[in-house]
Amino acid sequence: MAMRFRIFRNIMKQGFQGMWRNRGMGLASVSSISAVLLILGVVLILILTINNVVLETRTKFDEIQIYLEDGLTNEDYDRIENTIKNMDGVLSLVFISKEQGLEMMKESWEDDAYLLEGLEENPLQDSYVIQLIDIKYAEEIVPKLKNIKGIEDVKYYQDVIDKLMLVANYIRFGGIAVIGILMVISIFIISNTIKVTVAARRREINIMKYVGATNGYIRGPFIIEGILYGIIGAAISTLLINFGYEYFFQSVNNRLYLLFTVYLVPPSLLVKDIAIIFSAIGVGIGALGSIISLKRFLNV
Amino acid sequence: MIEFHNVDKEYENNVRALRNINLKINKGEFVFLVGASGAGKSTLIKLLLKEEEPTAGRIIFNNMDITKVKNRRIPYIRRNIGVVFQDFRLLPNKTVYENIAFAMEIIGAHPKEIRRKVPMVLSLVDLSKKASCFPDQLSGGERQRVSIARAIVNSPPVLIADEPTGNLDPDTAWEIMKVLSDINGRGTTVLMATHAKDIVNKMRKRVVEIHEGRIIRDEQKGGYGDEISDF
Repeated sequence: MAMRFRIFRNIMKQGFQGMWRNRGMGLASVSSISAVLLILGVVLILILTINNVVLETRTKFDEIQIYLEDGLTNEDYDRIENTIKNMDGVLSLVFISKEQGLEMMKESWEDDAYLLEGLEENPLQDSYVIQLIDIKYAEEIVPKLKNIKGIEDVKYYQDVIDKLMLVANYIRFGGIAVIGILMVISIFIISNTIKVTVAARRREINIMKYVGATNGYIRGPFIIEGILYGIIGAAISTLLINFGYEYFFQSVNNRLYLLFTVYLVPPSLLVKDIAIIFSAIGVGIGALGSIISLKRFLNV
Repeated sequence: MIEFHNVDKEYENNVRALRNINLKINKGEFVFLVGASGAGKSTLIKLLLKEEEPTAGRIIFNNMDITKVKNRRIPYIRRNIGVVFQDFRLLPNKTVYENIAFAMEIIGAHPKEIRRKVPMVLSLVDLSKKASCFPDQLSGGERQRVSIARAIVNSPPVLIADEPTGNLDPDTAWEIMKVLSDINGRGTTVLMATHAKDIVNKMRKRVVEIHEGRIIRDEQKGGYGDEISDF
């Protein structure tokens, strides 16, 4: 046990030494890992924000508006109302006549309401607002509504949500592609850095082999060196992302774009996850980079 | 201790380096391996160190068929074989003491044990006073003695020396032979590949001669042999 500990300590020591002696190339490795993780962070925040927007939109707009044709009879109204009320997932049904609609419009337009005064006739339609128990019923209800005689148009916000999801997907795929390419580049840079250490220690490695050092003992320091680059890169990018996003969040908040702030993920919630994800990826890239270079250049 | 049974070695470029080698070296023996360059001496040593795999045959070391040993276990075999090379292979940025301690560190030896054994082997090769010197402050003979000290510090039962006097003048070469002889006298089996006719002839130890990959002579208290082309 004590022997294992001594061996482990030796490996760690050599790993740190390698990093220190190699600091020029090491800087390149650390920067490339930081760059990858920074971009990953931005993409991550974008996706999280869009997910949030989608969620918020869903809860706010879990209602369906239907517009009726002109010239319906009272029986038509009754028939339509009854049909809708009997559908699954309908919470409430509110009738808004076109006159009411115009009043509401005037109220919401406030100072610009005079523009509506000049209208010769009411351009609006009678409508119903359907509150759903849950937005998930919309998909089922909407096609049925469209089939009811007397309904001219059905509006709900699934379209908006779908489009948002589409944008989120584009960002996701684009982001993953960019991150993938950058990861390969980082792994390549790290493997080159490790190559330099390996070359510098070729003699030592050769002697180690003859004296009976295990492969793990010979490889260990290089893998440690790679992992250290990964950890440092992760730390730098975590700090940058945190400060950057915090700053962005604050400035958005300060300008009172409250509507927008609702959609943003608060930075405090993000820190821990980002730190964990970044460390894992940084360590992975570092270890992989050194393992690749060892495979090719260390014939132990 | 070491047994070769019908060992063949053919390299990938179809060079047949060793053919049907049968050799038995007992514990405590001192064996010279002689032959012209390219005769197969180095290949034989490489097989023993598991740097190369034989194409056919078995090699027994310490009652273990090392041709069947998994790669992962190779380091543990090498810990039982000290190696000395013609070009010393010392680490230039470490002192004599550190060079020797290094061999113990990498197998996880206790610091106490390192502090005890390094001075011991240093006095064995008569270099106690040079412990804190760097290799480039030493003569060739002293460097070779350091490399011998490093090879034996982990007390391997076998010491392999590949042309250990090749880079040294005759007087210094005899110094090295004395050290190797002492080590052998303490019970370590020594296998030494060499071109040094003089040394072989005067030492009168067992001589194994290889010619074009075959053992053509195996003689107790032998001489160097006349037919070997010197260069």
